[in-house]
Amino acid sequence: MSLQSPLSKVLGLGAAKEGASHWWSQRVSAVALMLLAPWFLLSLIALGDVSYASITLWIASPVHSVLLSLLVVTLSYHAQLGLHVVIEDYVAHKGTRMVLLLIINFALLLLAVMAVFSILRMALSVPAIQIQMGTN
Amino acid sequence: MAQLERPLSPFMHYRWQYTNTLSILHRLTGVFMSLGLMLLVYWLVAAATGIEAYDAALNLFSMAVVKVALFLWMLSFYYHFFNGIRHLCWDIGWGFERSVARKSGWLVFISAIVLSILTWMCLSLRIYASANGGLV
Repeated sequence: MSLQSPLSKVLGLGAAKEGASHWWSQRVSAVALMLLAPWFLLSLIALGDVSYASITLWIASPVHSVLLSLLVVTLSYHAQLGLHVVIEDYVAHKGTRMVLLLIINFALLLLAVMAVFSILRMALSVPAIQIQMGTN
Repeated sequence: MAQLERPLSPFMHYRWQYTNTLSILHRLTGVFMSLGLMLLVYWLVAAATGIEAYDAALNLFSMAVVKVALFLWMLSFYYHFFNGIRHLCWDIGWGFERSVARKSGWLVFISAIVLSILTWMCLSLRIYASANGGLV
């Protein structure tokens, strides 16, 4: 006789509770980065100029600022998921583990918000007419 | 009292081979790139702060030590990128045969090195040319 409830039999998760959502999120963010990361590298090569004037103008374009924001947010998310697993696997001491997990969660959220805010600031401070002239 | 013959965890007695080298490299490059995220965000924040802060960032990036780190980040990126695709292929059930896994492992390793050098040369040539009045 099984003591499992009909619901838990159907869910089939055993003692895992949350199922595979963490694993799946890691894969979904990986696929997003497979598109976003090469876009950024190729854009940098195509732009070929890292001076203040051309970089701020390039970032200010609506398409570039949105894609760049998505890139840094997805990077931070993917890093958070990955570092979480690495810390859980190698840090045996419970207290140290919890402190490290808090540090990486706070740090990665901070990095993502700082990056998106900086991109928005550049995107909103360059007049549209200047972006048009710069990209033509 | 006689010592019990307890079973050992696999990592205690498995022979070191290419599979676990590639696997641990995926984690190491991932952790290393999480540190690199700080530099990417610093670059964006500097660009949003103003021309002086941005020039300070460019000065930092042109230091020899930072350049070596940037190249290592590029190498880590390509390794993690290609090995990530290898993992995603395994997730959908492709390439599990021993001979295929060995070949794809070599492919990941070699393409990471070749593409890092190519991208690095491409980027530095383009940036050098734009800083010196368009040599290319």
